[in-house]
Amino acid sequence: MNEFAKHMIKTGRITKIVEEAPNIKTFELSIAMHAEPGQFVMAFLPQVGERPFALTQAGKKIAITVKKRGPFTEKLFSLKEGSFLGIRGPYGKGFSLQNVGKACLVAAGIGIAALIRLAEELAKEGASVTLIFACKSANEIIFKERLEKVASLHIATEDGSAGFKGDCIELLEKVLKKQSYDKLYCCGPEAMMVSVLKLCEKYAIDAEFAVERYMKCAVGLCGHCCLDEWLVCTDGPVFSKEQLLASKEFGRIYYSKSGKRMRFGGD
Amino acid sequence: MLAIELCGIKLKNPLILASGVLGLNKNNLLRAQKGGAGALTIKSISLEERFGHETPNVAFFEAGMLNAFGYCNPGLEEALREFADLSCFSVPVIASCTASNASDFVKLVSALDKLDFAAIELPLSCPHTPGHGLLAGQGTVEATKEIVKACRKKTKKPLWVKINASLPNAVDIALAAEQAGADAITCSNTLGPGMVINIASAKPVLAFKVGGVSGPAIRPIIVRTIYDLYKRLKIPIIALGGVLRGEHAIEMLMAGASAVGIATGIAIRGPDIFKKCCDEMSEWLKKHDYKSVTELIGVAHE
Repeated sequence: MNEFAKHMIKTGRITKIVEEAPNIKTFELSIAMHAEPGQFVMAFLPQVGERPFALTQAGKKIAITVKKRGPFTEKLFSLKEGSFLGIRGPYGKGFSLQNVGKACLVAAGIGIAALIRLAEELAKEGASVTLIFACKSANEIIFKERLEKVASLHIATEDGSAGFKGDCIELLEKVLKKQSYDKLYCCGPEAMMVSVLKLCEKYAIDAEFAVERYMKCAVGLCGHCCLDEWLVCTDGPVFSKEQLLASKEFGRIYYSKSGKRMRFGGD
Repeated sequence: MLAIELCGIKLKNPLILASGVLGLNKNNLLRAQKGGAGALTIKSISLEERFGHETPNVAFFEAGMLNAFGYCNPGLEEALREFADLSCFSVPVIASCTASNASDFVKLVSALDKLDFAAIELPLSCPHTPGHGLLAGQGTVEATKEIVKACRKKTKKPLWVKINASLPNAVDIALAAEQAGADAITCSNTLGPGMVINIASAKPVLAFKVGGVSGPAIRPIIVRTIYDLYKRLKIPIIALGGVLRGEHAIEMLMAGASAVGIATGIAIRGPDIFKKCCDEMSEWLKKHDYKSVTELIGVAHE
């Protein structure tokens, strides 16, 4: 395919919608695509917008799993089976799976969407997979069946409605005290990833993180998704522990729709 | 071999990061510097913060791309903070600013003049932002003269004017800019505007429906326009449009350009496109017994 045509929107229809949780849905599409775990696609709703999502299913039919959180996802949630959806991608650099015997995956909330296929791929490669999955409450735990097939699943909920009562940092530290791992993979809110990064440093574990930034083009032009000199769309979204330890902006700075420098948590 | 001098500015190579891509902040520019750019142009600054058009801001087709970002930028105040210290750059940094009228352009140029930018570019040619460029009527001889004249009084830095090769009187507009005191012409902004329709949904892809066309599809139009400009202008020309390889840059120089901008190519070959093109240019020059890239300028006219 020519170098420009590969970025053109692939069009498909929604073949299945799964209500994973009260505000989380999976949309399966009649679009075939191969993608590494950690790579992402841009989903296109005509005259509504275009947003980045991780693939929670690849191959003959891809799927994205979406948490409702703004006008774009609200519109997406109003779609029915048979509705049109456009996709371009896959984009970015995925997770590296080489030489991992024992893997620890840490997801918080919808961050699981970036790790589900990784868990499955690692298991397929013969790795033993431990997965720590933290949610606010039991009803936000998604993909439980799929995850239990490939991983030893440790659940943490803030309200204690399932699994360990507390956040994933406490649970992760307990797990790390007992076991050593070749590699840790993490996706979740940035403040949580900052805490996980610190633990990886403390326990000297090799690690990769899937980072999210406000993004417009996904092809390295607009510059909005920069993290220091890197671009999350083309250099990421997966970054190594070493990269993030060297970052001045991870956990601190992102750039808004105008390009203005913003601080996490406001001020 | 690749070094040039443009409006008294020394460039280690003639490939310039064009305004609008990878230029929101110093992070972005540093990335393009690492990628080998000979000079870096910031994304155009407006007086106030602008959020630009909704996504999709880019739409691809087989021979290029359309974009309609709509001049999103954090505004002058933030830009003056961001670019106050340019000491981290080893190559020249060029300012760019956009406004709806001459008096706002004057405010921007006066403010940007105080920073360490090597030159200031005025894009009077954006085809997809209401109130700016072509959609503000800036693509005429009269408006170009008025804006350039007003800005000329406010800065001694080289003043570059970016025109649009879509306009049938592009050469007259460039001449008007030259007469009003411009030091170089950048040609071209994205052409059109054009439109890409997603036929499955029967809707335009871009949120703004139309966008500026770039990429290999427009390169022959740019080459011809540079050729025409070179015959008439005394000031140097920076060619911009569809350059993906060193050979394309050489074609632009042969048509009469003194330097060459790159933007869309970054989406195809990454930020290291500058290094890659430089290598391709050097190899070509050696193979064809040229000692300096400057020997190529305008040779297609001989």
